[in-house]
Amino acid sequence: MHASTSIQTAETQDLVALATPHIQIKDLNVTIEGKRILKNINLSIPNNSVTSIIGPSGCGKTTLLKTLNRLVDDTKGVEISGSVLVNGEDIYAKDAEVTHIRKKMGLLSQKPFPLPMSIFENVAYGPRIHGERNKKLLKQIVETQLRNVGLWEEVKERLDASATRLSIGQQQRLCLARGLAVQPEIILGDESTSALDPISTQTIENLLIELKKDYTIVLVTHILRQARRVSDYILFVYNGEVVEFGKTEDVLLNPQNEITQQYVKGFIS
Amino acid sequence: MSNVKSRLRKEKIAKIAMQLSGMAITGSLFFIVGTILYKGLPYLSWEMVSQSPQGGFYIGKEGGIFNAILGSLYLATVSTALATLIGIPISIYLNMYVKSGSFLERACKLLFDVLFGIPSIVYGAIAFSIMVWIGIRASLLGGIITITLLTIPIVVRTIDELLKTIPIDLQHVTFSLGSTRWETAKMFLRYIRPGIFTAILLAFGRAIGDVAGVLLTTGFSDNLPKYIDEPSATLPLAIFFQLSSPIPEVQGRAYASALVLTFIILIIVICTHLLASKQQKHKI
Repeated sequence: MHASTSIQTAETQDLVALATPHIQIKDLNVTIEGKRILKNINLSIPNNSVTSIIGPSGCGKTTLLKTLNRLVDDTKGVEISGSVLVNGEDIYAKDAEVTHIRKKMGLLSQKPFPLPMSIFENVAYGPRIHGERNKKLLKQIVETQLRNVGLWEEVKERLDASATRLSIGQQQRLCLARGLAVQPEIILGDESTSALDPISTQTIENLLIELKKDYTIVLVTHILRQARRVSDYILFVYNGEVVEFGKTEDVLLNPQNEITQQYVKGFIS
Repeated sequence: MSNVKSRLRKEKIAKIAMQLSGMAITGSLFFIVGTILYKGLPYLSWEMVSQSPQGGFYIGKEGGIFNAILGSLYLATVSTALATLIGIPISIYLNMYVKSGSFLERACKLLFDVLFGIPSIVYGAIAFSIMVWIGIRASLLGGIITITLLTIPIVVRTIDELLKTIPIDLQHVTFSLGSTRWETAKMFLRYIRPGIFTAILLAFGRAIGDVAGVLLTTGFSDNLPKYIDEPSATLPLAIFFQLSSPIPEVQGRAYASALVLTFIILIIVICTHLLASKQQKHKI
């Protein structure tokens, strides 16, 4: 593992030179009920790009993603050390305001989870809690975001219908629109297409590729082909440690670490 | 093959056992309702539900139980409303603000489990001694306080169970949109709204049907309950007093009163179900 850490550090330094880091993780350790889930993570995630976190089940991918928006805070028996800097600001600093941090990061979870309200209210919920009361402006936000995710034409006649009436693919796009409505800087996706059919998956993937011009996107995926299709950078996590981080083609086609090679070739999963 | 046969036999036995217990419960219910109808219907009259006792009602003279109906409705409605207003924030606090698995959370939940199981006479006795100590006489207020205390654990534990059914994804969604805990709690309440009506119904049922808790604290009166600091009649106590009478006419009226109580509960159940089904619109 020492060898892998040195590889990771070298890769990270290259990346910093290549692009402006949006998120910097320094000496991050996460322990849940006595078990070390993430070990000494040091990483820089570049802005306006898609970074995919890959690795076998239970390696800590999702925990790593959840440390970025501090959703991990509520996990029973969790202990976190180290820092995560977003635009140079430590989100784990004592005076950091957690709701403000989370607002910056839209989350697209594994299964679409519409709020128990109408399509319109789902998208308007975020702006509303952040103080937007102007109905005209709310309507405008809802329309813009639904157009952004290509859902407007499909739902414009039934904005008052329950969001749960939508197909699962539409629901996931609605969830993306809901996340975008609070104007985040970063989009976090936790295996966001795993519950979707191939066509809906493709729609979401194309949306993410399109959205990276405005957002920094971090995805957790266990589908290597998806990582290859959508990401600019790949981070391979194994056993709670960063094994390899680099440009997609470098990590997938020419992995430097033996464990990465085995994972990419399908020997470990 | 024998394995399949034995599994199918177990399936059959389980099904029969379930059907039998279902029939036993439904049968008992029909028996109770049937008895009340059979014995009470002949004595039920408009006069009985629209008048207060005219003096000597409980020894077979003129009058009715309107004061008891009104007393019970006041008592149950106010107590249930107070228990809901106090109970929901307690449940929210224990589930969303107190650290999961902490001593405080476990201790409070255990305490509410114990309170849930304490017989209402104990609540009545304790409330009575406190009332004597601070100098309040048996009154509607005393009854409301006692029944509120009695129904808070019902609301807390029912809402607690409902909150446990909420998928963690809902919290992740609201948190990741930048919601505070309170805003998330409001979303949780929206999610479990149909279930909240069930909690209210359970509390109301317990409140309106309780005898022991009100026996010592609410007292009894032949007058309409006009003031909160005066004793008030309640339906369960009216039934109890009439049933204790040796006069057949009065005993018959007890069943008619039970019929009225059952009818009130039936109306509340129907209203609750209607309200709850309206809330299912956005159910996930």
